[in-house]
Amino acid sequence: MWKWIQRQASPKVFYQTCNRLVPWFFWPFITLLIVGLYWSLVISPADYQQGDGYRIIFIHVPSAILSMMVYAVMAIAGSIGLIWQIKMAEVVAKVSAPIGAGFTVIALATGAIWGKPMWGAWWVWDARLTSELVLLFLYLAYMSLNSAFDNPRTAAKSSSILAIVGLINLPIIHYSVKWWNTLHQGYSVGTGGIKDPNMQIALALMFVASILLYALLVSIKARTEVLIREQNSRWVEEEVRSLMS
Amino acid sequence: MTKRHNRMMLVGLLVSGVFLAGYLGIKAFSENLLYFYTPSDIMTGKAPKDKSFRVGGLVEDGSVERDGMLVKFSVTDNLETIEVSYEGILPDLFREGQGVVASGSLINKCVRWTCINTFNATQVLAKHDENYMPPEVAAALESLEAKE
Repeated sequence: MWKWIQRQASPKVFYQTCNRLVPWFFWPFITLLIVGLYWSLVISPADYQQGDGYRIIFIHVPSAILSMMVYAVMAIAGSIGLIWQIKMAEVVAKVSAPIGAGFTVIALATGAIWGKPMWGAWWVWDARLTSELVLLFLYLAYMSLNSAFDNPRTAAKSSSILAIVGLINLPIIHYSVKWWNTLHQGYSVGTGGIKDPNMQIALALMFVASILLYALLVSIKARTEVLIREQNSRWVEEEVRSLMS
Repeated sequence: MTKRHNRMMLVGLLVSGVFLAGYLGIKAFSENLLYFYTPSDIMTGKAPKDKSFRVGGLVEDGSVERDGMLVKFSVTDNLETIEVSYEGILPDLFREGQGVVASGSLINKCVRWTCINTFNATQVLAKHDENYMPPEVAAALESLEAKE
């Protein structure tokens, strides 16, 4: 088992795995995205209070969940890199950061666009919105710390520690609507808040599509990152030459 | 092996330390993280007296009075009720029975010998609940409630 993991975590095998996985993530993602958008925008009925305006949740909710999931993956991969010194875990953590930051920006932006007509304000400083903004700052801090070192190993070490410290923010974001009075509503998912089966299916499709998008972007970006890190090795030279020709 | 165990211990210590610090911090600052006070908080004196703050609750059924841009309504948490007056544009979701959060300050209005606290709002935001459903389901739920 341990031998197998070590083999998978060697840069060359990892690169080839990413290469092979890309189409397996790409096509299901495109299919689910099209079906999911159709289900969200056409099949799902309008809401009894918000009319069609509620449909932004089909983007907002998956992005918000992904913004937290990607952070968890980043911190866990960072810890694996710290403890077992697996370089490919460092690669996964590093390339996850900008993707997670992207999901966070989408969640914040769609929330603001929805908040203006529904609440009456683009932004309020309640616990949910503030902690999600802190998450964005954590991603940005991780990215700048990671790029502040010339040596990728040192960079991975220090930024992984930052990622682990920032983990505390995840339960705060999740429970903020329960622990404190917030303007942001409570849980809709998993509490029967979404009453229409078509709305539930649309949300589930968009959620799985978002996970596939994350997996796809990680494998594409990890490929490039491995080539950069291993640029002095023979197999990279051969690979690049075959890509160029 | 020992080196790896050492690193594992360090990461474990880091995680537990951070979560302990987070727990203590949240316990200490809990009060400041409340976005709004409930009408009950105002009645029991928990809300600030001479500072502006926010009050949240449901708009009481049948309490909305409009006079041009001036709106008066009562906000309730089903235990206590506070009268709110506001001048300005209300958000789309504002209606009776809907959750709202109003920011402003308390003023003591006295008519003859009886004084009541009213809340002078400078901003009213609608608070959406966690329910999403088509109009038919909402109507069905309502008639079900009416039967009970």
